[in-house]
Amino acid sequence: MADSAATAAPARFALPLWARGVAPVAVALVALAVAQWLSARSPFFVYIASVVGVNCILAVSLNIVNGMTGQFSIGHAGFMAVGAYTSGKISQVLADTAISGVPEVASDQTMLLFSLLAGGTAAALFGFLVGLPSLRLRGDYLAIVTLGFGEIIRVIVQNTRALGAALGLSGIPQRSTLFMVWLWVFLTVLVARRIAHSSHGRSLWAIREDEVAAEAMGVDTTAYKVRSFVISSFFAGVAGGLFAHFIPIINPNSFGFVKSMEVVVMVVAGGLGSTTGAIVAAVALTLLPEGLRSGFTALGQGSDELVQKADQIRMPIYGLLLVVLMLARPQGLFGTRELWDVLPRWLPRRRKGVA
Amino acid sequence: MSDFIQHLINGIAAGTIYALIALGYTMVYGVLKLINFAHGDVMMVGVYFGYATAYQLGRAARTTLWGVLLIFLAAMAACALLGFIIERFAYRPLRDKPRLTALITAIGISFALSYGFQLDFGPLPGAAPRAFPEVIQPTEWLVLGDPDHPVVVWNWQVISLLIAAALMVTLQYLVFRTRFGRAMRAVSFDHRVAGLMGIPTDRVIALTFMLGSALAAGAGILYAIKDTAVQPLMGLYVGLKAFVAAVVGGIGHVPGAVVGALLLGLIEEFVVGYTASSWREAVAFGVLILVLLFKPEGLFGRVAAEKV
Repeated sequence: MADSAATAAPARFALPLWARGVAPVAVALVALAVAQWLSARSPFFVYIASVVGVNCILAVSLNIVNGMTGQFSIGHAGFMAVGAYTSGKISQVLADTAISGVPEVASDQTMLLFSLLAGGTAAALFGFLVGLPSLRLRGDYLAIVTLGFGEIIRVIVQNTRALGAALGLSGIPQRSTLFMVWLWVFLTVLVARRIAHSSHGRSLWAIREDEVAAEAMGVDTTAYKVRSFVISSFFAGVAGGLFAHFIPIINPNSFGFVKSMEVVVMVVAGGLGSTTGAIVAAVALTLLPEGLRSGFTALGQGSDELVQKADQIRMPIYGLLLVVLMLARPQGLFGTRELWDVLPRWLPRRRKGVA
Repeated sequence: MSDFIQHLINGIAAGTIYALIALGYTMVYGVLKLINFAHGDVMMVGVYFGYATAYQLGRAARTTLWGVLLIFLAAMAACALLGFIIERFAYRPLRDKPRLTALITAIGISFALSYGFQLDFGPLPGAAPRAFPEVIQPTEWLVLGDPDHPVVVWNWQVISLLIAAALMVTLQYLVFRTRFGRAMRAVSFDHRVAGLMGIPTDRVIALTFMLGSALAAGAGILYAIKDTAVQPLMGLYVGLKAFVAAVVGGIGHVPGAVVGALLLGLIEEFVVGYTASSWREAVAFGVLILVLLFKPEGLFGRVAAEKV
């Protein structure tokens, strides 16, 4: 059905070609500005929305490696830590510096953007260093190496006085805004979607389906794998940077194995290879524990213990969830399809072959 | 000089324990071409079983030879059962699925075990680290060099070396001299063709899993007897190190795993001995990166062309 629609009459609202690229960005910027303005009076909402946003960035970026390329990284939190500590430290050192001649907000946001880019770049560099040796080999090595890498980053931070060691790094100016977080969510999704439908992305899908065949077709598998890994690490670093700018103290344990697993579960549950699936799972798996926590707190007496139990039991449930998913529905919620592919018939569908 | 020799001894002692765990990795990889992520966590469960058995026995009984033997056997039997359950219900249904599915399942099991054991209701032990009951009175077995700066060989080091050596020799015998070992090697070579030749592949794979898990339990108790705190996440780190050892030796290669483990134990001990102990966790990872960069097939592994 959808295919015939694409070849038949042009769409109802055909934009000129140049506007097709610009329009989503313009819409997103306006929507974000409105959201920022509306949420200014509700710090709790901003906090939750920021956490959801950071998790969305993590899940969507991990999906580029785990979903599209079919390599399995379980150390995403390590790259997040690199980004968080790099950009956090830069902001902390430059906390009192401001760009002269512009309003304070603009100066703050520019500095934040600069430190986020630095954090992302540092994470991308680490991604290159970790990815190059392990991605040359078969996929399983990547899993163990990334797991090890995440732990090593934690050990290094715990041993570095300048980064606050085990106590954590505090005094990072809390400059993150809803606008900035969701701007990066938008950028990450944009990049992920563009990759998925580019020739670069086709090579990644080919690697995922059959590495030997892809290689035979002339795909430089290692180069593509490393590239997608570096891109993914970059966004993980940015997510970490954002996180550092709305959490008062970052400590090494916020970026442990548990965090990596959370992101992995989001990607696997959403469907390996589905960007919207990753977003849906990220939103659900972030809001669900928060909802449970508020629910238990509202229930009243003995709640503290109950809240703790609910928090604890989350982790083994994640593990079992992975096993059950693999046994019962290995493709996850959406598989490689996107949200608009699984919407009911009567809703407007996205035309195939446009993106 | 005496420092050097002491580090050498400690390194070998640590290496023997890594070797036992690495053997499990390498065996399972050999027959299934699957990195059993949960291997370290199975070891952890074994240690808790040993811990519980030692407490049930009481102070007097657990230091006797029979008591120690019982602790080992109980833990190894429990882990063999656990290995069987994991293989039967998590890995076997996925054997013909893409490799990634099995890998994700293994990661899930590892996570469920290590964090499940951190819960503190019911029979589960909770996250607090605890000391393994003293089953072997630590005594100095041998003191060398001048009295001010002696080189000490502890009795538990000797005991674990002996147990490890005995287990390794048994394993080598099992793999290369018995009918079951031949079946195992055939399955490792090509499990489909092995099945056509009348080898009960399912049973061989299950038995290999049980064997590897039992070995892990034995190694875990040796490891815990030393001075390590028993805690649910111990399997994660030790498992990682044992995996590195298996890769250094060439994964799938039995004697290679032992050599790799001894090497890793020594490297770790020397790095930590001459810098600071807080870097211990970083050493194995550094070794892994170096090996993957320069000799990814390991010391004894063969470069295998991927066949379609």
